[in-house]
Amino acid sequence: MAGRQPEPSDTRTGTPGSFLPFRHRHLLGIAQLDPVEIVDLLDRAEAMIPISRQRKALPTLLGKTQINLFFENSTRTQASFEIAGKRLGATVMNMAVRTSSLAKGETLIDTAATLNAMQPDAIVVRHGSSGAVELLSQKVECAVINAGDGAHEHPTQALLDALTIRRHFGRLNGLTVAICGDIANSRVARSNLILLGAMQARTRVIAPKSLLPRGVEQMASEVFTDMREGLEGVDVVMMLRLQNERASGKLIPSVREFYRFYGLDAEKLSHANKDALVMHPGPMNRGVEIDPAIADGPQSVITEQVEMGVAVRMAVLDALLGGETRDE
Amino acid sequence: MNKPILIQNARVVDPASNADFSGAILIEKGVIADIAKGNAPGAPEQSEIIDAKGLVAAPGLIDMRVFTGEPGHEYRETIKSAGEAAAAGGVTTILVMPDTQPVIDDGALVEFIARNAEANTPITVLPSAAITKGTEGRELTEFGLLLEAGAACFAEGRKSIQSAAVMRAAMTYASNFDALIVHQPSEASLVSDGVMNAGPFATFRGLKGIPLEAETIPLDRDLQLALLTGARYHAAQISTARAAELAAFYKARSANISVGASINNLCLNENDIGSYRTYFKLSPPLRHEDDRQAMVEALRNGVIDVIHSDHDPQDTEGKRQPFADAATGAIGLETLLAAALRLVHSSDANLMTVLRAMTARPAEILGLESGRIAKGAPADICLFDMDYPWVVEEATIRSRSRNTTFENARMTGKVTTTIAKGKVAFREGHAR
Repeated sequence: MAGRQPEPSDTRTGTPGSFLPFRHRHLLGIAQLDPVEIVDLLDRAEAMIPISRQRKALPTLLGKTQINLFFENSTRTQASFEIAGKRLGATVMNMAVRTSSLAKGETLIDTAATLNAMQPDAIVVRHGSSGAVELLSQKVECAVINAGDGAHEHPTQALLDALTIRRHFGRLNGLTVAICGDIANSRVARSNLILLGAMQARTRVIAPKSLLPRGVEQMASEVFTDMREGLEGVDVVMMLRLQNERASGKLIPSVREFYRFYGLDAEKLSHANKDALVMHPGPMNRGVEIDPAIADGPQSVITEQVEMGVAVRMAVLDALLGGETRDE
Repeated sequence: MNKPILIQNARVVDPASNADFSGAILIEKGVIADIAKGNAPGAPEQSEIIDAKGLVAAPGLIDMRVFTGEPGHEYRETIKSAGEAAAAGGVTTILVMPDTQPVIDDGALVEFIARNAEANTPITVLPSAAITKGTEGRELTEFGLLLEAGAACFAEGRKSIQSAAVMRAAMTYASNFDALIVHQPSEASLVSDGVMNAGPFATFRGLKGIPLEAETIPLDRDLQLALLTGARYHAAQISTARAAELAAFYKARSANISVGASINNLCLNENDIGSYRTYFKLSPPLRHEDDRQAMVEALRNGVIDVIHSDHDPQDTEGKRQPFADAATGAIGLETLLAAALRLVHSSDANLMTVLRAMTARPAEILGLESGRIAKGAPADICLFDMDYPWVVEEATIRSRSRNTTFENARMTGKVTTTIAKGKVAFREGHAR
């Protein structure tokens, strides 16, 4: 991480035009950002919220072309990027690729070359293999935004989570955030741990040992295997989606066993701070990792996360494509 | 008949006799005819004289783990192109692995490799035969018939035998013939969909890890079975500190056990993968730096007997993929010696130790006459300049595939001349 430190408290300027020039060509992961850049992107997103709410178009990307290339299905993330692009005036095209109809690897690079030849301004990519988006970014001349690669990173998710948290607490530093569930297979967990760590929040991961990856203690401040202990005194509870195939007896014995020990219910949540936020990147498995009553309850900010997603993606697209042409 | 060759003014280093002196070597009729300390003996008329001032003359290297694409994947590497790469790297004998297409599990296929090598390459190519039919890990191949056809040993290539009962049967039956079993221990259920060393770096990169126990559990099994059966067993490659400890324990109890390591696991660690560099996707995976250092220590104290290149040509398409989907393996014949010299230049190991692991020890394990500089031994010799600086460039690679872990790496030490079976098989073009 570069040497620049975040402002001690939140600096929310919120004025368009007052942002730092974004010095990256792509957004491949949170790991490439330093704390000042993270704050800058959050500020940019903050400024996008009113525009998004009024359903206005801010025509900074008029005449630009954005391609959404999703090798894994994701209705919500793809829709979020599509709306974000359109609210900025970009022409958005969705490439419906299914892994089944594309051989892996060489086709990824072939696809990149093909799309590149069409001269888009940005490609938003989701792929099932860690590092695949970075590989694709090396083969194209336009901006590439990582919409999730394998178990590696999902940077816009971490940014939208951070924005949601910051809007409630006014800051990120000093907060205690618990991330619970399938840590081992989660790109959301990794991007959040990197971002929150960079912003000097305290991070906890809570999961059964079979869902904790080796060396996770180097990415999180604390590691817990007991939900009640882990949730004690936290400001934010982030639940992760449990893929059904994990609960087939290989890593954990069953869904009901998982829910009993790691599902977020009122009793477990009572160990967290009184006003703790409950978050989930979606899509939720109600009754698997979260009690529906909690998901729809007063502490839940899950739908707000979705709204912030559009603002963050507008901010990222604008940072990468808007304004002056950057030197290459 | 080819001309006699006189190498003079060389620093002769022969690990088999622990000798290191300046002198001359006379080669006639494919064998080492004479060796002299100091000034050269008189050369026969018509001799080619090689002035090796400033060069080391060592036995030609013996590489115990080489994959070619022949038969089946000739676009990756043929025996001929592997031979050219080997000669350029000072390697005069290669043990080729049997997991080609088809698998070398029949006498006729062993003979095919031998004939092909005889016709197409100046170096010595030793065919290994599969331990099990089709390398499927179930039924033994015909060890006796395969030995008669010329198999140098029994190996399973990239595959690892999962059943302890099959391994016990293989070792028991091999001991009938005093045949050598070469095997990379790897527990498939623990490797699972892992693609690099398990640990914080894999977690950070979001890649599935291969735990060290995937190596040590089947290694322990193999070593116990080697003790039980008395078979000659060579653990093809180990990569972890604990594997070295296990090997040391069992080697103290049986002289029939030997251990190999890839030059990659001695010179590189998992951090070299960097940002998903697929040329560094290997099996065993590059490990933590602590494990690499343990490998170097195991080389120094003799637990690791053999250094090999694990030369495994893969085409570009197989490597131009996301890391988890990319092909496994790297070429290494041309860079084996230069990479090994890194250990010498960094004072991690002395020249004699490093050369022994690529000459005298593999020769002993495989029962070869070569691998030494002695009167009457086959004239397999490599001459190299210990201190010559160069950069590995993709464009100059002789192998048909380009997947080197040393792309653009700076090397110190280069082979200038390779003599195989008494003939010059390689001569460096650069001016000295």
